[in-house]
Amino acid sequence: MLFEQFLFFVAGFGAVAGALGVVLLRNPFFSVLSLVAHLISLAVLFLLLSAAFLAAAQVVVYAGAVMVLYVFVVAYVGGTEEDVRPLATGAVGSLGPLFAGALLIELTIAVIGSSLSALDGEGADIGASFGSPGEIGQLLLTKFLLPFEAASFLLLIAAVGAVVLARKRRGLEEPEQAISVADLMRSDVGTQKEAAG
Amino acid sequence: MDIAWFVVLSAFIFCIGAAGVMTRRSPLVVLLCLELMLNAGNLALIAFSKMVGNQEGQVFALIVMVVAACEVVIGLGIIVAMYRRRVPIDVDALSELRG
Repeated sequence: MLFEQFLFFVAGFGAVAGALGVVLLRNPFFSVLSLVAHLISLAVLFLLLSAAFLAAAQVVVYAGAVMVLYVFVVAYVGGTEEDVRPLATGAVGSLGPLFAGALLIELTIAVIGSSLSALDGEGADIGASFGSPGEIGQLLLTKFLLPFEAASFLLLIAAVGAVVLARKRRGLEEPEQAISVADLMRSDVGTQKEAAG
Repeated sequence: MDIAWFVVLSAFIFCIGAAGVMTRRSPLVVLLCLELMLNAGNLALIAFSKMVGNQEGQVFALIVMVVAACEVVIGLGIIVAMYRRRVPIDVDALSELRG
């Protein structure tokens, strides 16, 4: 029990510090590394909530694969040092942090003031296999089969879309000279007779 | 640990992400802050799943992770396309779609 609380505060502090690092660090590369720390702390919190499979997926998929994609793009585009200037973007920019603070206060009031008495407890009694890969997989293949298939289609569409977006589009600026059979058949231009004069 | 701790932590992370989306100018960092907000939602989903004693919230969180991965792929593709077309990588400079 005490160990659980200790782990919660360590991981919670890590998650909040990682989130603050993402927002406050100037170099996008360091922001990405800070997000990796945040995601790993969140995985510890998922373990505390007995979601073992999701914690593993978070570390492997998120902190592993997705963040590698980010690092590649930051290295490609170049981590330009931008200055954080919330006041320079007009009224909306200056009101941004204020709005976020108001949102936090509102959400906290909503959580604390809600009449969900179960929020003050440890949660329902759960078995040992709660959140294990087997149970999640069974739910995905029986009750949530349609969202599962829709998610796989979404991934396919996103992969194709990324290839279409990021490929080189030379055709837009300079249309390529397409050689067709009709050009070769015409005898007035580009033939040997014309070249010979 | 009470479930309320996790929910309040999730609200805190969500607000940090929202502040980042509103103040940062690099689209890369804006995407990172969107990840923060999605992860805060995931944490809340899993906390409520524990509270109810039902694993469906964890399945929702898994689907949210899939959607987040798709969003990252498309967003990074757009950023690479912007870089190729020599468009400035700055969300304030991208005002062409403004009505």
